[in-house]
Amino acid sequence: MKLLNRQHSVLPGFGLSFGLTLFWLLLIVLLPFAALVLKTADMGWAAFVDTVSAERVVASLKLSFGAAGVAAAINIVMGFLLAWVLVRYPFPGKRLVDALVDLPFALPTAVAGIALTTLYAPNGWLGQHLVPLGLKVAFTPLGIVVALTFVSLPFVVRTVQPVLEDLEKELEEAASCLGASRFQIFRRVIFPATVPALITGGAMAFARATGEFGSVIFIAGNIPLVSEIAPLIIISKLDQYDYLGATAVAVVMLALSFVLLFAINAIQWWASRRHGGKR
Amino acid sequence: MKLRPLLFAPLLALAGTAAHADVTLLNVSYDVMRDFYKDYNPLFQQAYQAKTGERVTVQQSHGGSSKQALSVVGGLAADVITMNQATDIDLLADKGLLPANWARRLPNDSVPFNSITVFLVRKGNPKAIRDWNDLVRPGVQVIVPNPKTSGNGRYTYLAAWGQALRQPGGSEAKARDFVSRLFRNVPVLDSGGRAATTTFIQRQVGDVLVTFENEAEMVAREFGRGGFDVVYPKLSVLAENPVALVDKVVDKKGTRQAADAYLRQLWSVEGQTVAAQNYLRPQHPQVAARYAAQFPPVKTFRVAEVFGSWRAAMKTHFADGGVFDQIYAKK
Amino acid sequence: MSDVSSRATAEAAWVRVALTTLALAFVALFLLVPLAAVFWEAFSKGWQLYVDSLTEPEAWSAIKLTLLTAAFAVPLNLVFGVAAAWAIARFEFRGKSFLVTLIDLPFSVSPVVAGLMYMLLFGAQGWLGPWLAEHDVKIVFAVPGIVLATVFVTFPFVARELIPLMQAQGADEEQAAMVLGASGWQTFWRVTLPNVKWGLLYGVILTNARAMGEFGAVSVVSGHIRGETNTIPLHVEILYNEYNFVGAFACASLLAFLALLTLVVKSLVEWKIARAQAASLNRTREARLASA
Repeated sequence: MKLLNRQHSVLPGFGLSFGLTLFWLLLIVLLPFAALVLKTADMGWAAFVDTVSAERVVASLKLSFGAAGVAAAINIVMGFLLAWVLVRYPFPGKRLVDALVDLPFALPTAVAGIALTTLYAPNGWLGQHLVPLGLKVAFTPLGIVVALTFVSLPFVVRTVQPVLEDLEKELEEAASCLGASRFQIFRRVIFPATVPALITGGAMAFARATGEFGSVIFIAGNIPLVSEIAPLIIISKLDQYDYLGATAVAVVMLALSFVLLFAINAIQWWASRRHGGKR
Repeated sequence: MKLRPLLFAPLLALAGTAAHADVTLLNVSYDVMRDFYKDYNPLFQQAYQAKTGERVTVQQSHGGSSKQALSVVGGLAADVITMNQATDIDLLADKGLLPANWARRLPNDSVPFNSITVFLVRKGNPKAIRDWNDLVRPGVQVIVPNPKTSGNGRYTYLAAWGQALRQPGGSEAKARDFVSRLFRNVPVLDSGGRAATTTFIQRQVGDVLVTFENEAEMVAREFGRGGFDVVYPKLSVLAENPVALVDKVVDKKGTRQAADAYLRQLWSVEGQTVAAQNYLRPQHPQVAARYAAQFPPVKTFRVAEVFGSWRAAMKTHFADGGVFDQIYAKK
Repeated sequence: MSDVSSRATAEAAWVRVALTTLALAFVALFLLVPLAAVFWEAFSKGWQLYVDSLTEPEAWSAIKLTLLTAAFAVPLNLVFGVAAAWAIARFEFRGKSFLVTLIDLPFSVSPVVAGLMYMLLFGAQGWLGPWLAEHDVKIVFAVPGIVLATVFVTFPFVARELIPLMQAQGADEEQAAMVLGASGWQTFWRVTLPNVKWGLLYGVILTNARAMGEFGAVSVVSGHIRGETNTIPLHVEILYNEYNFVGAFACASLLAFLALLTLVVKSLVEWKIARAQAASLNRTREARLASA
């Protein structure tokens, strides 16, 4: 089917919508990217490899992507649960909880970082109980995971929620009539329908978390090789007026994210073909 | 197409406000100079209006010193730039925004006032911290902002290095060892001086905060004097905060006269008094004498004396792969 | 979505309680407690100081600039998002995964890098800088640059909300409408839009929240001129660096309020639509009964 002739040829508007998409993408995303990549090309291959293979850069990339992965995993599980509870179960204060989900986007990331550090610092509301248990959150990599989980929390919830809301109860009722247990219905009917949304949400949460700076900087401790994230490396290079070095690290982050997102999108496509709509 | 007028409306509004006053100056400065310029700007406006009859509006922009310098290179139309280290102004000279000899155009190498690096310790000084050597003792936690991203952190690093070098029998190797041991005692590297202060005061992390003398005073004003003591080391670095006119901008805007007056008045008795009131060490001998009580005499050295120049210090110590990076790579 | 559920389509009571408790505990720990901390700090010196922090001229100009920025960024990305979702979810073409990945990319770009990219384009030393300076057009360190940076960081939200939803729904209803003689626009307005309204609304809400809260990218292109190019998040940083914690958290709490406000609007819309739907559902049921 992967030919340029379109599957749902009855529907019009391909030219308009595709053209508009491409134009906007070109203007807002591709043009700046081109500037970034071309600037990096100024530095030459050898210098580029030198810059990005430095011990600290590699360590920071591992940390940024690793912590983002953990945060995304937490959010896939808890985000699904939260979306499920919000759509399916009545409980007091539901509207409020629904509203709270968007909070991480609305709060400037720096404020989120400050608020979380206030809470988890050794003298904070939560920190003073956690530190005696040997659980240090603020100024450790664990703090980075907490901050990233916070800033990327809305993604999974908000992608899964509309899909769950749209799910027709009739399907479940039919499955139940056919003798399926509640768990079977969940596994065979409900869960598969949410898989594309779950993957999308997870991918967005992951992508967002890799590049996050503002909130992490307050809670991380920023010790080189231990809790120094990749965006901080970019900032410190800029502070040395090292534009080229900064863009080099930025390009590597971008390439890594692109490959990962591309893989995730490919999986998502495959999953949606297997389970998704077109019923 | 309806969007366009809307898009430019704020710009027009900006032009509108500018028309009320005769001249608008933009002072691009670094983070911690807010308090000083908040006091100084009205003073200048009055004096300038009395002298020339022109009304001047001074706009302020604050941020990390190097970041601000980069913004000016990127086109932020600063009439004057007031930074915390000379390299940030040298950058503008490199890009042709002002002449290379900018430092010689104003008195004192264009440095209207200084500060020095001091220690803040917990009330009663429980860890008995008296001088630099106490900072490298095992078990002492030192809060310093990240020298990679903060001028404050750089001054601390250079102060530690320079004083180690000037000890009897001091050498480059010993200085390096001292600084390595010092940073081994640093549990958090905040991105800026103010963030480090918050870590120390609000989060109660660490035994000693190394920062500027005027910052210590700000901390006292904001958080009260009950929580900490100030300890003056025997030898410290002189933190010089240079200022300069951005020729390319003032010539385009036609604001050279006002901008020049704005900077020169920093050296007047009134300007120096405002500095002293903000705990910045004044250059003017009379003002310095009047406020001598609040500035204990401390032996200091200038960055250029020990490291050749700020540029050399940046290159050797803070550039990628420099000494600061090596200290951490050793582990 | 009635809350009345038959046994067949609901879990045992203990499962529901356990799941709800778990979800609420997560919300409490990760959302409620940080929010409480923000408000706690904001009101720590009393109501009066809170109000003063929000009404001082610099805060007020930051608030206006933030609203203005969102007023541009949200509609622009809304139109783009709907177009992209239509092209991607309704048609098959080569390189689709690639296109979707490109749309996602702004999320993974560190906001600081986003700002840097616009500096490389529009800054005085950038590609277009000299030309812009010659024609006296200000992009960076002025409102257009702030809007651009905001559009960039909120770029994918609407599209990414709609695509999975439209895929899950399939194109059957639209095809039916077309076969029955509706025009393309009619199909879009009458069939597609009502079907995706929740996803669209979430997309807009997220875009709006993020547009108002963005810090990193805007910080690079704003120039930080007090009272001129500071948005609320930048103003918050300044206040925090002045040790004015009350003011900083007061402005931050305002952003939280604004986000909650969009949710109130959402609830209102939800309620109205639910009523309208119930009415139309009744009509179709009656019609069905009549024809049967």
